[in-house]
Amino acid sequence: MALLLDPFDALASFQQAVDAYRASSWLDPGLSGGGAYPPLNVFRKGDDFIVIAELPGVQKSDLDVQVKGRTIRLSGGKTVGYPEKAALHRRERLAGRFDRAVTMPVEINPDGVKAEYRDGILALFLPRAESDKPKSIEVA
Amino acid sequence: MVEKQELSVREKKELVAKEEKTIPGRYYVPYADIYETDEALAVVMEMPGVEKKDLNVALENDVLRVDGQIDFSKYKEMEPVYTEYNVGHYARSFTLSNKVDQEKISANLEDGVLTLTLPKAKHAQPRKIAIG
Repeated sequence: MALLLDPFDALASFQQAVDAYRASSWLDPGLSGGGAYPPLNVFRKGDDFIVIAELPGVQKSDLDVQVKGRTIRLSGGKTVGYPEKAALHRRERLAGRFDRAVTMPVEINPDGVKAEYRDGILALFLPRAESDKPKSIEVA
Repeated sequence: MVEKQELSVREKKELVAKEEKTIPGRYYVPYADIYETDEALAVVMEMPGVEKKDLNVALENDVLRVDGQIDFSKYKEMEPVYTEYNVGHYARSFTLSNKVDQEKISANLEDGVLTLTLPKAKHAQPRKIAIG
């Protein structure tokens, strides 16, 4: 990847790279339903894939991640609370339940899936199944 | 009355700052809730991905400035294949009424949500008047 060569330019080029994939049809053939909450980013790192979602204010215990075949289901709830006697001046944060499933276009190894939630970001590490990895054929 | 707000996908709003940044890269405006109790004003902001050490809160001339930086090294060697949102630093500022006790402002960052508690200055707190 040509990104992150210059630390001062890293953010700008990363954002450009992210934008370039906004119209990608990568998840389209499945029933993934783009546009559902939470919005997802999918990255490739070597052979494996990483799905990242921003879920600020969601508690770890309210998050549920399930894997079946190549489909990942992400569900949970988010609550936004205020003290009882507070006067609300501005209210932009949303709360509610979410349930989203995405189907990866590659085989993943369900036993190797790892989920990590930190600072309001959920990262799912999806290792590509060995059987799905391309094999190099030696040319004799 | 508080109307029901459902979770939905919203496009991140890019920050339109009065001053331009000298470093490249986009900033986004964190979603914020502001509420007031008898004792304090609270500003709650969603800044997913920002760590404590990369957060800067400053109060100057009654302007509260919050700046949260994203650590991009985490995205090293990661190549986007499908994206629905962009990633960037967060910044937002509010002009406060001067009735806040600036010495006692406290900040708490948890699960990507920053809560700033700005206690009201003593003279600004409601005083109960006994009717004789």
